Formats: sequence, C-alpha cells, structure tokens
Amino acid sequence: MRDRIAAPATLLLVLGGALLLAALNLGTSPGSALHVPTYVVSLFGKYLCFAILALAVDLVWGFAGILSLGHAAFFALGGYAMGMYLMLQIAGRGQYGAVLPDFMVFLNWKSLPWYWYGFGQFPFAVVMAMLVPGLLALVFGWLAFRSRVTGVYLSIITQALTYALLLAFFRNDMGFGGNNGLTDFKEILGAPLSSDNTRVGLLLITAALLCALYLLARNLTRSRFGKVLIAVRDSESRTRFLGYRPESYKLVVWTLSAVMAGLGGALYVPQVGIINPGEFAPAGSIEAVIWVAVGGRGTLHGAILGAVLVNLAKTYFTGQLPELWLFALGGLFIAVTLFLPRGLMGLMPQARAPKPVDLSEEAPIPKEATP
Amino acid sequence: MRIILLLLGVLLSAPAWAQSPLLAPLGSQSFDEIRRGVEALAVSGDPRAGPVLDALQAGRLLVQPGGALFIRESSGNVVSAETDAPADASDLRPVRVNNGVRRAVDAAMGGLRLFAPDPATRADAAEAVFRSRDAAALPALDRAIAGEHDAGVRETMQQARAAAVLATSDATDADKLAAIAKLRARGDLDARAMLASLPDGSPAVATAAIEAVAHIDWALQLWGLAQGAFYGLSLGSVLLLAATGLAITFGVMGVINMAHGEMVMIGAYVTFMVQEVIRAQAPGLFGVSVLIAIPLAFLVSGALGVAIERGLIRFLYGRPLETLLATFGLSLVLQQAIRSIFGPSNREVGTPAWMSGAGRFGQLTLTYNRVAIIVFAVAVLFGLMAVLRFTPLGLRMRAVTQNRRMAAAMGIRTGGIDALTFGLGSGVAGMAGVALSQIDNVSPNLGQGYIIDSFMVVVFGGVGNLWGTALGALTLGVVNKFLEPVAGAVLGKIVVLVLLILFIQRRPRGMFPLKGRAVET
Repeated sequence: MRDRIAAPATLLLVLGGALLLAALNLGTSPGSALHVPTYVVSLFGKYLCFAILALAVDLVWGFAGILSLGHAAFFALGGYAMGMYLMLQIAGRGQYGAVLPDFMVFLNWKSLPWYWYGFGQFPFAVVMAMLVPGLLALVFGWLAFRSRVTGVYLSIITQALTYALLLAFFRNDMGFGGNNGLTDFKEILGAPLSSDNTRVGLLLITAALLCALYLLARNLTRSRFGKVLIAVRDSESRTRFLGYRPESYKLVVWTLSAVMAGLGGALYVPQVGIINPGEFAPAGSIEAVIWVAVGGRGTLHGAILGAVLVNLAKTYFTGQLPELWLFALGGLFIAVTLFLPRGLMGLMPQARAPKPVDLSEEAPIPKEATP
Repeated sequence: MRIILLLLGVLLSAPAWAQSPLLAPLGSQSFDEIRRGVEALAVSGDPRAGPVLDALQAGRLLVQPGGALFIRESSGNVVSAETDAPADASDLRPVRVNNGVRRAVDAAMGGLRLFAPDPATRADAAEAVFRSRDAAALPALDRAIAGEHDAGVRETMQQARAAAVLATSDATDADKLAAIAKLRARGDLDARAMLASLPDGSPAVATAAIEAVAHIDWALQLWGLAQGAFYGLSLGSVLLLAATGLAITFGVMGVINMAHGEMVMIGAYVTFMVQEVIRAQAPGLFGVSVLIAIPLAFLVSGALGVAIERGLIRFLYGRPLETLLATFGLSLVLQQAIRSIFGPSNREVGTPAWMSGAGRFGQLTLTYNRVAIIVFAVAVLFGLMAVLRFTPLGLRMRAVTQNRRMAAAMGIRTGGIDALTFGLGSGVAGMAGVALSQIDNVSPNLGQGYIIDSFMVVVFGGVGNLWGTALGALTLGVVNKFLEPVAGAVLGKIVVLVLLILFIQRRPRGMFPLKGRAVET
C-alpha cells in the first residue's frame, strides 16, 4: 500500500521542490519576502547530488549487502572528470592567462598530460565521469567478489581503496592540482557558472537525474534481478547453492552503483565550484553510509530523504554551532544503529520495507535450538 | 716549512711562557707573524693557550699599541692575557686576523683539544682533523697517539693521521698504503670521498685506493640495507603497537572498533596530562614520566573500553556492520570531546633525556626513542600473549571466544568476560598512545592516521592470531620503508595499500587463517 505511494511522493517532492525553488529564485525580485537567494539554490543542488550518492550506496548496501566505505571515491572520480572539463574551459582566463590550467603553469609543464586529452569536449567528460568510476568498480569488484571477500573485510578494503586514492590525488605530479584540486571554474557549455540561470538549470538537471536514477534503481530492485540480489544479501551461500552466481549479481549492481555515484559527482562539482582530494577522505564515505542508515536502509526513497535531512542538519550545525556538529553526527550514528535499525522509514506505521537482515554476516548459530 | 716551524715550536716552547715570547707575536702588525705565533702557541702545551686562542677566535683578544695583550671576557671585564689579572687598560684594539690566521687558529684549537682531559672532546678533535686533512696537525697527532690510553679515541686519531698522511705529497708509498688500509677499515662516506679524490700517486697506491673504494661501496650498501631494515622495524613496531589492541578486539572478539584509534589518542593525551602534572608538581620525576603514563594510559583507555562495551557494543553483537557504524560515530564524538577540552592544536609532549639522542653502531644510526619503541612493542606483544596463555582471565577469554555457550554452561559469566576482553584491547591501545606521543603530534586526529593501517595489519596477518599480527606489522613496516627510496613516501604507501588489496583477494583470511568452525562466523 505505502509502497505504491512512495514512488510518486518521492518524485513529486524532488521535482516539485526543485521547481518551486527555481520559481522563487528567478520569478521573484531580490527584495521580495518570497525570494530564494541563489546560494540556497546551489545548496539544494548539492544535497540532491548527495542524494544520488546515497541512492548508489543504498543500492549496494540495502539490496546486495555490500557495505562500501569507499563510495565517495567513485563520486570524487566523477567530480574530477567534470572538473577537468571545467578547468579546460578556463583556458586563457586564468591567473597566468595561459592555455594550460594554472597549476600546470605553476609546475612549469609545457603541454597537457595525455590523460587530459579529450576533456575539452563536454560529452567526452560526461562519458568519462561514468566510465572511470565504472571501470574501477568493475575491476575492484571482479577481484573482490570472485575471491568471496565479504562483510567487514570488503568494507575495510573499500576504505583502503579510497584512502589510497586520497593519497594519490594529493600528489602534485599526478596532474590533478594536488592539494588545491581543481577550482576557479568560469563556465559550463558556454553558460557562466556565476549566473542565476545556470545555477537553477543545474538544480533542475540534478533533480531530473535523481528522479531518473531513482526510477531505474526502483525498477531494478523490483525485478527478478532485484529479487536474486535480496536473496544474496540475506543468505549468500544459500543463493549460491540454489544455482545462482552471487558474484555476477553483485558485480553488476556494484558497477552500476559506482556509475551512479560518478554522475552525482559530475553534477556536484559545477554547483560547488571546487573538487579537491578531501572528497576521497574515508570519513566522507562513511558519512554517506549514515545518510542511508538514517533514512532507512533498503528503501530507496529513505536514502534520498536521509541524505537531504542529514545535510540540512549539517549546514545548520556547522553554521550555527560548529562545536556541536561532530557530537551530533556521532550521536546520530550511535542512535540510529541502536534504536532505529530501519531508519526514519522504520518509523512509518505501515512500513513494509524488506527487513534488512544480514544472514551472511551473522553468526549461523541460532538463538534458540529448535527441535 | 710549516712542519719544521711547528717542530721548532714544540722543542723551544714549553718553558718559555714566563718570558712570553710566544705571546708577543700575536700583538704584531704582520699577519704572517701572528699566524706563526698561533701555530707556536698551539703546540706549546701551556694551559693558557686555550683561553687565548679562544679569545682570538671570538675577536675578544685585544692589543695595546705597546704589544701587551688583554682578553675581554664575556662579562665585559678586561683581563691581562699574561696573568689573568683584571686590568684597567685603555687604547685597545682587537688583534688583526685574516683568513690565514683564522685557519691557523682553527687548526690550533683542534690540536689543543687533542690533549683535552675529556675523551669525547679528544675524539671530536681527531674527527675535525680527519675532516680538514691538515698535514700541519701530524706532529700533534703523533704525540697525541703516543699518549692516548682510550682505544676508541686512538683509533679515531690514527684515522685522522691516515687522512693527513694521504694529504701530504712527500709521504712514502708504504705510509700511504698503510693509510689507505686505515681508511678502508673506517669504511664510511667520508673515507670513501677521501679515497676517491686521492691525488695521483704510484700505481700501487692508486690500485689500493680503487680497491678500497669498491670495498667501502659494498660495505656501505650492506649498512644501508641494515639501516633500512631498522627504519622498517621501527615503523613495523609502531604499527604493531597500534594493531595489537585491535588484534584482541577485532581479531579475538570480532568487533570492528572504529574508535580504536581514539583509544590510542587518549593514551597520548594521558601522557600529556601526566607530564603537565609532573612539570607543575615534581619536575625531578620528568625522566620517568613516560613510565608513569604507561599504566595510567592502560587504565584510562581500558576503563573507557569497558564502558563502551557495556554501553554500546554488547547490543550489537552479531551485527558487525552496525558495530562499525556505531563505533565510527563514537570516534567522532571522542575526537570532538578531546578537541573541546584540549583545543584543536598539537600538544607538547616531551621526551625524557634517556630516550632522546642517537647511538652509532658501525655505520648505523639508532635513535634511542625508536629503539625504546621497538623494545616496548615486543614487550607488549609478549605480555599480552602471556596474559592470554597463562592467566585465569586469559583462559576464560579464550573459552568464551571459542565456544560461548559451552563457556557459559561451565559457569563463566560471558558478559563480564566480553567487557574485560574489550577493555584489555582498548588498554593496550592506550599504552600504544604513550609510545606514539613520543614520535607523533599529539592532536585529536592522532588516532585517525593509524586506524586504517592497523586494520590492514590485522587483516594481513590473519584474524585471531597475535603472531600473525606481529609478522604482518613487521612485513608492512619493512616493505614500506624499502619502497620509500624507490617510489617516494606517498607513492610507496599507495603501492603497499594496492598490494594489500590484491593480497586480500588471494588470501581473504590473511597470512595465518584460523582453521575450523570459527572461520564460518
């Protein structure tokens, strides 16, 4: 029953909210009481990008039982792909007025490194924003799932993966701007990034993409494929004995999830205006997991809700009470795991979300012996 | 020519101070004469030579137009150079110096210190001669070698003599060959540089020098390997300390404690507090502050660990992913709590005198704090093994982890044992914090830097096996340090992480996997 209204409600909230913001930003004069400043538009654009990341995390964690502590790595890789495109659009208008990005002039490089070729073209950058995270996830997942690395071991090596990328992107000679990352963007597809119209347009595109990905994920999880996925989550060995190949199912959903995260990152960068190695920090990935946990693991709309709510709280706390933010976030982790194992969606009276049990993770010893 | 003059000086000088013909040349206008005066004074062996040359070097040796010499002491008083009596002299100007004089003074100070009563000073002086290769110092060296009782210092002096001999052009081949052998035996980079830059001599000398250089190169490579192994061992012991506690909580209990790094961090802050109290109340105890901090850190972190287990983790047994998230939240809270109490900046933790400094062993440089940490890590490891193996508590811990329900049936209160086991692991982390406070910045972020590495170590070594943890930590440390010169520090670390990720694919349960039914959980 509730399941049937969840999807339309989510789409309505996301698209309607975005359109409302757009109208209040562009349609009212700056002095009016109803006017929404442009920074708020971009703020919500950012939340929706995080919601895409949360959706990606929920898809693997909520439906395949893979707790990734490194999903922000895919998000950041997509962001870097878009950042490289935006960086090349600056050409000639940077501090040094050179064709090369400023940091390359600073490093005294004479020409673009080979891996920057093609990023001047927008379609190429978008394809790369999906392809690079996808390929990395494919290789990583193929290695990990094939040798049956599961549970916390998998979580820890995903964390090591993002940590290694963090260290790598901090290096200046990697050619991605080192510590400062990529910033100072001017325009996207010819539209100036500072204008209200571009900002509103980006918000609407993000909202539309979020809705599209939500529908994709929803249909995927409700299909036959999704049923097998849930079976893998709840009892991997049993699914294997029934004749399925859990590693293939996991690999598909894992790669798809990485592509989704990469797209989210690609939309995140033009709205935030910077991408730096900090996005790879392991803590960021874990934060993405908590958005899903707060909203309700295994419910796709819950993940979106969690991402927006937690980030609203973060914006409020870091602005008003910066001392308390980490207490609040830490407390949230503890409270949600102890008291709300199914997140906010678990509070809904007629919640019929599939119960997230991890038989694969749990000790196989039954609580009470049954005769 | 200079040598002859020096020899003359040695022969003539000893009783001559009273008339001070030795001191007179220093008041001269001619640089040459001042230089010769310095050289003569240097070999006079008179106790007053030191202060006078010292003053000359510092520009505090003053002269009157008549030629009488005075020293301005650091307090500003002027005393007679001759009698050391306070003098009220006027019309003073500093003794003239040029580079020649300055070199002579430096060499002379070196020569003087060859006869100092303190062996360390004598060794330093010989080392200075070795570096300067000053042939003028030969006579003084010969005298010093003859009178030297300390074998180590004599060896240094002989090396200095060899360097000086090689620098003279008129030494015989036999002397030079002996000198080359001496330098070859010394075998460090200085000796190598000296041998490689030898002026052309007879073929025999040249061949001996080339052979010696090759020999030194080979030996230096071996020493370089040993030094790398030491650095690796040192890093490995740090990893081991950070991971040992985790081997208990994660390895034995199966609890993913993301707040483990914060236990380490709290141990470091306990050290800071202990030192603050000692500085304020009993400065004399500073040398043992670290030793006091070790048990305190164990108790504080251990008590916190027990509280965490009772208040949080026991509700989450059997749900490892939830445990991971909850303890990560806890780590954020603990970090912010420490940041609120102690501030976000680094805190100063001092190193006791007995742990600072470095010793040399052959061509190895061993810093004492690193050596202390290696010893401490090994002690903690064996201590923990002994606790698990020989104490009743350890017996119960093993019983509970092997078969919880059977242990409960035998009358063991499993809940209490869980809490104590977790407290033990956390307490060990606290002790690791004391050690890390000696080599790392004590800040609220201290623990974060170690948490990923620690998990890597435990997973690499094999869960539930302390020997595996030890071997894993040392392997990772040594591999890391040997990759560093090849690939750079950051890239080396990345390579290690990638290798580890690949390793886990091959051996998902680490190097020493547990066998049997425990694997299934």
